[in-house]
Amino acid sequence: MNMQTTSRLTAAETALIEAFNHQIGDLPGNGAVTALRDRLLDDLKKAGLPTRRIEAWHYTDLKNLLRTLPPQVGDAGSNALEPLVDGSAVLAVIQGHANQKAAADGLGVSAYSEHLLDGSAADGLDALGSDDAVGRINGSFVRDGYVVDVPADTELDAPFEIQFVHAGGQAHTRLPVTFGAGVKATVIERHLAVTGDAALVSHVSDIAVGEGAELTWIILQQQGADDTHLGQIHIDLGANARLRLFVINAGGKLVRQELHIKVTGEGADLTLRGINLLGAESHTDVTMVLGHDVPHTGSTEVIRNVVFDRAKGVFQGMIRVAPDAQKTDAKMACNTLLMSDDAEFSVKPELEIFADDVQCGHGATVTDIDANHLYYMMARGIPENKARAMLVNAFVAEIVEELEDEALVEALEGVISAWLEKHA
Amino acid sequence: MLEIRNLHARIAEDGTEIIRGLNLTVKAGEVAAIMGPNGSGKSTLSYVLSGRSDYEVTEGDILYNGESILELDPAERAAKGVFLAFQYPVEIPGVATMQFLKVAMNEQRKARGEDELTTPDFMRRVKEAAAKLQINTEMLKRPLNVGFSGGEKKRAEILQMALLEPKLCVLDETDSGLDIDALKIVADGVNALRSPDRAVVVITHYQRLLDYIVPDTVHVLYKGQVIKSGDKTLAHELEANGYADIIGAAA
Repeated sequence: MNMQTTSRLTAAETALIEAFNHQIGDLPGNGAVTALRDRLLDDLKKAGLPTRRIEAWHYTDLKNLLRTLPPQVGDAGSNALEPLVDGSAVLAVIQGHANQKAAADGLGVSAYSEHLLDGSAADGLDALGSDDAVGRINGSFVRDGYVVDVPADTELDAPFEIQFVHAGGQAHTRLPVTFGAGVKATVIERHLAVTGDAALVSHVSDIAVGEGAELTWIILQQQGADDTHLGQIHIDLGANARLRLFVINAGGKLVRQELHIKVTGEGADLTLRGINLLGAESHTDVTMVLGHDVPHTGSTEVIRNVVFDRAKGVFQGMIRVAPDAQKTDAKMACNTLLMSDDAEFSVKPELEIFADDVQCGHGATVTDIDANHLYYMMARGIPENKARAMLVNAFVAEIVEELEDEALVEALEGVISAWLEKHA
Repeated sequence: MLEIRNLHARIAEDGTEIIRGLNLTVKAGEVAAIMGPNGSGKSTLSYVLSGRSDYEVTEGDILYNGESILELDPAERAAKGVFLAFQYPVEIPGVATMQFLKVAMNEQRKARGEDELTTPDFMRRVKEAAAKLQINTEMLKRPLNVGFSGGEKKRAEILQMALLEPKLCVLDETDSGLDIDALKIVADGVNALRSPDRAVVVITHYQRLLDYIVPDTVHVLYKGQVIKSGDKTLAHELEANGYADIIGAAA
């Protein structure tokens, strides 16, 4: 270690390195996993946290935004919470630890820590590239999570909820899930805080969607007001598979949710819907890298943002169409309601199209509440505050209603209106 | 019930004066028709009555049951019983019509210190009122006014009026865009609300609507003033001769 390297490390970077040194020998993993962890931490040490000079982090200067790490707290003794939707099967990860190892509903379920210990997790553990700070942090520190295998042709009637319950301190989790061919399922990946203690959370979901499967995957992030949430989902979408991916951010102080999606099977279709509810001084970044790698695939992306107070939001949407991915049909839209003069939202759509027979488009709007709508509602006796809340709610509820499942729609609308009542 | 005294109002954004010294009195139980050529200030008058913030009152007063309502916002006026049936009802995506009706009714009740309606009571009221206006309740599950035809929008306005039971009803060109059958349904809906303790102000271009909603008084609006008042025969006179004579006589 030379002096130059040491002097440019921030308090948060130093704390990460110290935390790692402190945990050496305690983090689960065989030789291969341990070697990989050491390398990832070493890369992190050399590069530091990314700044705005790194293109992928231009609007989220992690080095400046993540100044300190939260103090470690002991196990808060939290239990699994009631699921979002009544009747859901629940797998819980409490403070970064899988708390049940039993298989559920004919699904193959095992603790991720076992796969670290026997080395079978080493393959998927590496970072995605030199700018992948989330992958580096998660790969260095990950302790647990679940590995889930959903056998071919499984049809789940009720949503399946995997909840990550946090009570401050640090948690680094991973969730590889394989959906066999023809599976029909709805999965809710839910991150939430049960105390006000600050937390640093990194999480990577790694999902493979088999041929002809129909999957709805919902990421519901409800971290605490002082929490940092660094999330990633890797998706491989097989032939004729249908994935509806909903990403809902309704919490956290510093949030980066990355979506790395590869459409690798012909006839596959992706529907991405995002809702960002942003308030106070929070910073929330949703970054998507979507690759249409084969012919005859489609995708639509709609992101709706509501920004209050001094909150800042970012959506980076990159769609890459490979040279032989002819007949790709991809449409992306990002609509933002700015609710205060100090609110900010940055949108960066990018299309990289190497095929010549495709339909690709993107659009973005930024608006305030429509004065005509507000006046009309008030003219019917609805007070201004209430009318505003209803209009904001309508702007995002439209997206949720696409889910059609009544119980799920109602539960998510409940999350949205509770958030709006607290922040609007 | 309604007394407008020497009212002057302008567009807030550019200061253009539209209402220029308007006087009008409408008693409880009365149906008053306001007619006038394009640009005479009819719609502006309806907006000013409802409290739209795009317009500024610079002089004069609007008294409702003897009290000035100029300082009240649209929601407060509505809770006191002022209702405007819009010429162009606004489409609001994402807000279900049923939910909108329920919130509006209950917010008005709350503002008046009354209990909120129970869901069954609310449903019963909506079903009854919708049936009278030949509105399919399936339509009410859709977002407010979104995808409604012109006639459906106007009927939805009258449905809201029937449910909210206002004391002062202002109908801004409710007849525009209606075929004759829809016009009758809408007029029946308005007539059903006529009562000794309720006043109705009907703003229209044409005599046609007044065949169905027969007014007690007719007022001609021109350049932001009432230039002539009379009974229902005045409307027939206008239909036969146009506005030119009256405008000429007033000038």
